[in-house]
Amino acid sequence: MGETFSRAIQWSSDADQLENSPLNNDILTEILLFTEDFDDRYPKEARILFREPLQWKTSLEAADFTSDIYDTRGEAAVSLECDDNRSPLLQLSPPDITVHSFYHLSNLLQLSKDKTMKEIRACLEGDTLIVHAFIAILLLLVNELYFCSVCVFLPREGRLSPEAVNTEVDLLKRFCGTGENRALKSVSYTSDYVFSNGCRSPPWRQMDGEICSLIIETCDTEPTLFITCSTSGVFFDERINGEGGVNYYMRKSELYKDIITLLKNMSPHFAVAANEQGFFYNVLLCMDSSHFYPEKILWESTSPSVCLKDIKLWASLNINMSNRCICVCMHSKSPGGAGDFSESSSEDEEDEEQPERRAEIPTDLPSEYWQIQKLVKYLKGANQTATVIVLCALRDFNLVQETCQLAIRDVGGLEVLINLLDTDDIRCKIGSLKILKEISCNSQIRQTIADLGGLQTMVSILDSPDKELKGLAAETIANVAKFRRARRTVRQHGGIKRLVELLDCVPNGVSMSAEQERDVEVARCGALALWSCSKSTRNKESIRRAGGIPLLARLLKSSQKNMLIPVVGTLQECASEKSYRIAIQTEGMIEDLVKNLSCDNQELQMHCASAIFKCAEDKHTRDLVRQYEGLKPLVMLLNEAENKQLLAATTGAIWKCSISLENVAKFQEYKALEILVGLLKDQPEEVLVNVVGALAECAQISENLATIRKSGGIQPLVNLLTGTNQALLGNVTRAVGACATDPENMVIIDRLDGVRLLWSLLKNPNPEVQANAAWAICPCIENTKDAGEMVRSFVGGLELIVNLLKSQNKAVLASVCAAIAKIAKDVENLAVITDHGVVPMLANLTNTGDDKLRRYLAEAIACCCKWGSNCVSFGEAGAVAPLVHYLRSKDPSVHQATARALFELSKDPNNCITMHENGVVKLLLIMIGSTDEILQEAAASCVANIRRLALANDKAKYG
Amino acid sequence: MQKMSAMNRKLIQNLAETLCKQVKHFDKRETECLIRLFSGLLGEQAERRAAHGLDRVRFRNILHNTFGMTDDMMMDSVFRAFDKDNDTYISVKEWVEGLSVFLRGALDEKIKFCFDVYNLHGDGYISREEMLQMLKDSLIRQPTEEDPDEGIKDIVEIALKKMDHDHDGKVSYSDFEKTVKDENLLLEAFGNCLPDAKSVLAFEQHAFQEPHGH
Repeated sequence: MGETFSRAIQWSSDADQLENSPLNNDILTEILLFTEDFDDRYPKEARILFREPLQWKTSLEAADFTSDIYDTRGEAAVSLECDDNRSPLLQLSPPDITVHSFYHLSNLLQLSKDKTMKEIRACLEGDTLIVHAFIAILLLLVNELYFCSVCVFLPREGRLSPEAVNTEVDLLKRFCGTGENRALKSVSYTSDYVFSNGCRSPPWRQMDGEICSLIIETCDTEPTLFITCSTSGVFFDERINGEGGVNYYMRKSELYKDIITLLKNMSPHFAVAANEQGFFYNVLLCMDSSHFYPEKILWESTSPSVCLKDIKLWASLNINMSNRCICVCMHSKSPGGAGDFSESSSEDEEDEEQPERRAEIPTDLPSEYWQIQKLVKYLKGANQTATVIVLCALRDFNLVQETCQLAIRDVGGLEVLINLLDTDDIRCKIGSLKILKEISCNSQIRQTIADLGGLQTMVSILDSPDKELKGLAAETIANVAKFRRARRTVRQHGGIKRLVELLDCVPNGVSMSAEQERDVEVARCGALALWSCSKSTRNKESIRRAGGIPLLARLLKSSQKNMLIPVVGTLQECASEKSYRIAIQTEGMIEDLVKNLSCDNQELQMHCASAIFKCAEDKHTRDLVRQYEGLKPLVMLLNEAENKQLLAATTGAIWKCSISLENVAKFQEYKALEILVGLLKDQPEEVLVNVVGALAECAQISENLATIRKSGGIQPLVNLLTGTNQALLGNVTRAVGACATDPENMVIIDRLDGVRLLWSLLKNPNPEVQANAAWAICPCIENTKDAGEMVRSFVGGLELIVNLLKSQNKAVLASVCAAIAKIAKDVENLAVITDHGVVPMLANLTNTGDDKLRRYLAEAIACCCKWGSNCVSFGEAGAVAPLVHYLRSKDPSVHQATARALFELSKDPNNCITMHENGVVKLLLIMIGSTDEILQEAAASCVANIRRLALANDKAKYG
Repeated sequence: MQKMSAMNRKLIQNLAETLCKQVKHFDKRETECLIRLFSGLLGEQAERRAAHGLDRVRFRNILHNTFGMTDDMMMDSVFRAFDKDNDTYISVKEWVEGLSVFLRGALDEKIKFCFDVYNLHGDGYISREEMLQMLKDSLIRQPTEEDPDEGIKDIVEIALKKMDHDHDGKVSYSDFEKTVKDENLLLEAFGNCLPDAKSVLAFEQHAFQEPHGH
């Protein structure tokens, strides 16, 4: 990480001052400008508190803090705004200053007037790490690099996405040209048309995961490379013409993880050129790294939302994009859980605004361009009658084609179309919306429509009495509101409430009048728009407050699939919110969701399964799914293994449902485990996470352990321990741990070296993975012959696990204590961990109030007493008194472990004295009355030891 | 006088009884109201003309004042479409029949009506020349250009291309019908000749209210 910005920025010889060089000044100016108006540009982000405050020696005085957001007292000044602990977010006691957020930093710089440069310099000199962090945040927010970083890291998860490919292609295009040092001659897509999911490949090839095909001319290989990007990677193919002139592609090369890697392998010229060109190299560097973990997080935002086209800074400074940059953005994407599933579905897709690609319009314009230009010119000077004719003529162009879409935009057609929405003529409005609805499937058109204020007008059209017009406006909103800013605009102009009102209809009338049918159609359009809007958290809340939930519940009774898809789509999107999960349960929607699991439309089935996935965290919901007989259709859906999105949703629902043991019994009956085991191979990670999660739940019942083994599940599970996906690792460690409780399974795990893999996951930075790995290690040690020998064979393994006692995470600590208790059963290993300082470290943890940790900590202490002078050392380290207090815990499982620990500790007289002083006898006497025999015995033995010491003492005193 | 009016009422009722059976969309009461409205309008006309029916000027006044139409040519055309027997007067039957389509016509009836309106020469086709005539003011002229009418001509060609399904250079009724069925927006392709929803509502409210004092 050292090779970051510090290389670019020039420090003085003693490395604590920034040199006064032009380069440094440029950097500082950029940082300054960025920081000064940060609050205006990103008001939400500006309020996020730094993980650690910025501190430096300031030249400002209390008198400078003239703004009324500060309170000055003599020489000191503090902000009125405080954090949760009531300490002010800005604190000045000259010359020291502490600042906790960008908001206050911005304000401070605005107050410092002519001293700004001095201040920012002093601030940066305060901590060298801050420079990295600043640059990271700056790059993330100001540049399109946000996309780079996010997109680039998607492959790290093992799969390519259309966005990632797009970014990479855009990047590659910058390195095409005619000059000497170009890396490539040209890069182009084989198809201009982009489907709404971002793919360019035809739908039948998308089924195989294909995203798009590219034609790349390199400088040195055979003239043209045909490359296909698919979700599983990039390959190089040979184009052959099949029957009927359809191009078939034959896979020719192995899979590469991205285009750049493929090109580096194919074209030596490219590899050299790429490494020479700084920007490119840096991005490559990031792509090559496989692990990014924060050392120190200054600040985190979940929504670096705005993109400016300012890559100048990047290019001119040639800053290496450090791991730190990535940490800042990656951190918001924590793994695991249903909530996370929803966020990924919500915020990733198409969410980010893309930079305009106006410059890329080829010079040889197609004839459509000129025709469209002429029509738009007429539109500008036409009366209603001619306007309608021209609008109809425009509709005759192939509006799904990007050339036509962009032509309309480039000749100023969008302005005219949006102006028409403000006229009084209903036919002009309808004609205009019919075009806007079509072309807004293009992301650039969407952005322009939003820029031109089209959403506001469309929202106001929702009040129109004309149903066709209303419906069209809602449908167009559905298309435009695919990115965050648009969704916000819809909300801020009262669109959500109006859209919710559109839902009010009777969906399943027996004999519907034409009018009622039109109402249903309008409701369907409204649902489509709400579906798009519901990808923003605040819109979910607005839909709820506008009374949308009961209306959605009513529409859910519809029998029309084109109605159900947007309705369930919206519901499953909103199910990331607790209020919706409760409503879905209480408004009786589970029954309808379950019913539609058995429909014949995979998209609808997927949304239903996905809604159940999110809702089934709740026990009652899980029970309802079973009561409405939803478990069997879920298992049936497992057979639709080709549709990966459907499979991911289905397996997710099965995972969450299997948290209830009654449901597991049903799954056993339907032979779900066997099918799940079959899905452990060759599946995308989002499926694997759920499959493994479900197996981990099912494995809580011991008879399933054999089922998993017999259907061949152990090996693929152990193999998955080598993965990198954190959510997946969290579940795999749990599943392997559960499997290890069966001795026959353990033989297989041992043979596959699974314990070593588990052990190495203790190094994983994710606490959940660490904890689950440590828990899994416990049964492994218990059920392996010569476990002591095995553990010793892991070089550095014992030191590693002991050092985890420094973790801040209670779950990790509890699991590690449990593992240490098992390890300590082998005396030789106990000696080793004693050398690594296990005793003081355990003693250090004793002042905890967490019952789970208390239990396993007490167990570890009990086991570790049995070596050398450990028993005495625990006493000296102050572990005894806190342990006595554990006996007052409400958790009986804490009592047993504690009594055993106290019994071991009571073998040292000084410990007995401490215990006695802390009133242990009375507490132990209560424990002796327990029905738990182990507890009884341990408590009694401890009392006996104390008693014996007292007797010996008396004897010594009185002879 | 009292007797006259009573007889008149009887007459109107009988007429309504007959007409409402021949005309779609209106019931007897509504037909009666329309007949009464018609006779009211006639009363404003000179005695001599009233015998024949409603004349062009009166009718255009209604189109303009009640239905907000402005284009002279369109109003004349609508008059012709109402005046089925071409006697330059609208009889009470033509009045009720015409309004039935004008106010409440189904799409098919409206297509027929609009075609009749646009078929200026009454030859069963809408020709280029007719289109040009109807659209001549539909576009801002570009006086700077060589032919200021070029834009209009182009729009006529666009319209013809869209509608002339049998490629005979003119729009027949079946061409027009097919076009409008494909794209309803083109019902009034060559000019506003039907009332909008708002003025229909206003007219009906006024016409069909219960007559006072009865």
